[in-house]
Amino acid sequence: MAGNPMSIFDISGRAMSAQLVRLNATASNMANAGNVTGTEKEAYRAIKPVFRSVTDKPGVATVKVENVVTTDAKPVKRYDPNHPLADKDGNVFEAAVDSSAEMVEMLEASRMYQNNVQVMQTAKSLMLQTVRMGK
Amino acid sequence: MGLEDKLFGVHGKALELRSQRLNLLASNIANASTPGYKARDIDFEAALNEATNKGTDAKQAMKGAMGYRIPLQPTLDGNTVELSTEQTLFAENAVKYSTTLSFLEGRLNTITRALRGE
Repeated sequence: MAGNPMSIFDISGRAMSAQLVRLNATASNMANAGNVTGTEKEAYRAIKPVFRSVTDKPGVATVKVENVVTTDAKPVKRYDPNHPLADKDGNVFEAAVDSSAEMVEMLEASRMYQNNVQVMQTAKSLMLQTVRMGK
Repeated sequence: MGLEDKLFGVHGKALELRSQRLNLLASNIANASTPGYKARDIDFEAALNEATNKGTDAKQAMKGAMGYRIPLQPTLDGNTVELSTEQTLFAENAVKYSTTLSFLEGRLNTITRALRGE
């Protein structure tokens, strides 16, 4: 962080952004689940964010999304010669997305987001109480 | 002993330590899904003792009393944040911050009344 120490709003706020990136990645994966393409190369593969903690001083740390990686899960090959996109062998390739795993991921991301909102709310009300002290 | 220590006793230092601990627990909750993150906390009593008896500032006292949380159950990704533990401690710490704040307010009221001479 540039000069000034990390406040509780930085910690929770950045964690919320990270969880939002995760939620977005899940949304893209879900949207592409069941997508069919003619070649294995073109088939959609699930994407996942990689989280890393950013430490300010000992014990005080927030999260950032280091990068978003494409998983190397194999697209499902299906024999469907009547499909308009089928290749010369009559195969189509389905996106490599595990929808139930994505569903779990979505729920977890939203719960973690809620946790951080709660932390922020608590911190805010304590700060306001402190500001009003003696009035 | 500074003037603020004479006015507020143990509560000034306690409030400072509570606020620092709030940051620490917020960091743990923020990193609940970061692989390999090790949760940290302070021994509040030890930190407060050090700050009040030896007169060290809150930052130094925090450093001395800090440690890593021992998880109830190990995880595959090496993360030691257990949300149930962290959230309970966060709530407890927030309530105690509020309590310390009302003690401080009481002291402040006493002093204001004495100054007014009512």
